[in-house]
Amino acid sequence: MSGHISPIREPLITGAKTYHQITEDICGPTERTPSAAWMIAFILAVTGLAVYVFCVTWTIWVGIGSWNLNRTINWGWDITNFVWWVGIGHAGTLISAILLLFRQKWRTGVNRAAEAMTIFAVICAGQFPLIHMGRLWLGFFIFPYPNTRGPLWVNFNSPLLWDVFAISTYFTVSLLFWYTGLVPDFATVRDRASGFRRKMYNFLAFGWTGSAKHWQRWESLSLILAGLSTPLVLSVHTIVSFDFATSVIPGWHTTIFPPYFVAGAIFSGFAMVQTLMLITRKVLHLEDYITLEHIDSMNKVILATGNIVGVAYLTELFISWYSGYIYEQFAFYNRLMGPYFWSYIGMMACNVISPQIFWSKKLRQNIAITFAMSIFINIGMWFERFVIISTTLARDYLPSSWSYYSATWVEVGLFIGTLGLFSTCFMIFTRIAPVVAIAEIKSILKNAGDQYVGMSNAKKHAHAHESVATKDSTGTH
Amino acid sequence: MTRSPNKDVLFGLYDDDAKILSAVGQARAAHLDIYDVFSPFPVHGMEDAMGFTESRIHQAGFVYGLIGTLTAFLGMTWVFTSDWPIIFGGKPYWAVPAFIPVTFELTVLFASIGMVVTFYTICGMGPGILNPTLHDRITDDKFCLAFDVTDASDEEKAKFRAFLQASGAEEIDQKHI
Repeated sequence: MSGHISPIREPLITGAKTYHQITEDICGPTERTPSAAWMIAFILAVTGLAVYVFCVTWTIWVGIGSWNLNRTINWGWDITNFVWWVGIGHAGTLISAILLLFRQKWRTGVNRAAEAMTIFAVICAGQFPLIHMGRLWLGFFIFPYPNTRGPLWVNFNSPLLWDVFAISTYFTVSLLFWYTGLVPDFATVRDRASGFRRKMYNFLAFGWTGSAKHWQRWESLSLILAGLSTPLVLSVHTIVSFDFATSVIPGWHTTIFPPYFVAGAIFSGFAMVQTLMLITRKVLHLEDYITLEHIDSMNKVILATGNIVGVAYLTELFISWYSGYIYEQFAFYNRLMGPYFWSYIGMMACNVISPQIFWSKKLRQNIAITFAMSIFINIGMWFERFVIISTTLARDYLPSSWSYYSATWVEVGLFIGTLGLFSTCFMIFTRIAPVVAIAEIKSILKNAGDQYVGMSNAKKHAHAHESVATKDSTGTH
Repeated sequence: MTRSPNKDVLFGLYDDDAKILSAVGQARAAHLDIYDVFSPFPVHGMEDAMGFTESRIHQAGFVYGLIGTLTAFLGMTWVFTSDWPIIFGGKPYWAVPAFIPVTFELTVLFASIGMVVTFYTICGMGPGILNPTLHDRITDDKFCLAFDVTDASDEEKAKFRAFLQASGAEEIDQKHI
């Protein structure tokens, strides 16, 4: 493990850990009785889940008429929420796959939780296309299977069907990737457990022994899955954007959509990772593993993708004007000055203007500001999808069918409900699985551990007072 | 279900990855037949030290992916050119560009599922399977070098034991698994 230690890198694991200490720190939360704070948060999350179950039942019982959609605006909060959740689900795979290929070691601190978040976000996303079909019990019609109706096949030329394949593939591959990474760590928990927990982790660990040959295959498998996930994650939001881009609606029919959606997805995904990790590291005392360096790195990704999104917004505006096509020009005039101008302003303010504060390193490493920004960005990205979907539909070619739309309590309840579903899943995850990838953290300890980086580079630490001071303040919990 | 290889194993535990790496090198230099090495994380350089050949799991993955590609592309071709041809939006029946997204997704899906199933199968792992472990701290912070002594004479056992001691093992034990 005597890899090259870069003199300009900050340590990624603070507090001079040993291998055993890492095991203790990360397995601890799954072994202790949950704290009162966790219990209160869990009760809140389950309440949200109950709201979700109630609203879904209401939707199915009463019908889609319980939503405020109409013939002009036939996609509202439902599809907005779908795209929002899928977007959030992109950060996990980006961190675990693309950053693995780029050999970014800081990913090891956050990849496990981010991948879990991906899976739960995709579960939430998948709810909306299913329930918005109305007759949920016929949902299996979306899959091509030999049937007694001909067989009548699904339309493989339709972007909505591509979506079915993209989302279900993405979910399956993310789940396999995540679980394969978890197996060695479940074995670590297993070998510390007794009684019922031993039995449970015996099952979850799949009989992992830590044999050298298994590790070799495991590394090979992880690398190939990362290689496959990289184009997959880019394809998923590309295909989601095709739902819009392949239509002939002004404001949707644009070639910029795929890259613009993918950048937006990474942007919102990282914001959600920040929201969750800032809470998780505090509650589970993982400040030594999810350091200010990690938060700083993620804020840099947020700044970069936020700017890509900003450029895309401006490009759209410019091209609509430059096209000389009045319907396109009107679509964007309507976004800015129409009845939903407030959501356009919200989108611009949250997604383009506010992330600019992250040019400052001080603000990137400020936890309170990062947390507030992560919430802003999530709101902004929700607005973006609402602007694209409902604002565009509200003003179509025929002024006689122009309409306005605001959600009913059922639609709002469904959105809040999926937040409950998501939080419930995530909180159960933090109780059962190690939140940080133990084996991967151990494998970078000698490259990125505080004491090793310090040893090789004591001189640099001496005149980096500021960063050392901030690290000490977080390392004393 | 416990899968027991039914072997007597003599093993030594080391407390550092660098130590076990050098022990493995010495053992192979001394022509000692290593049963297995167990570690809490993938030790960098272990596959070279153990003389492993490269894993072929990615070759299997390529084949699975190819099956996915062909399933998707030929399946859609059959549906839209012979089983039930329908004109969508004035496009030709055999609308190749429109088949690309589904073909891509199924390629990735088949390759991933196939490789993961292969991985667990060849490693003898899976839900409900229990493989015996030599020591509970192998998944924590101990690195284990094991020799198969099922049919070994006392003399050979003593040789293994002496090697483990000399190469810096801090705990040596024998176990039937």
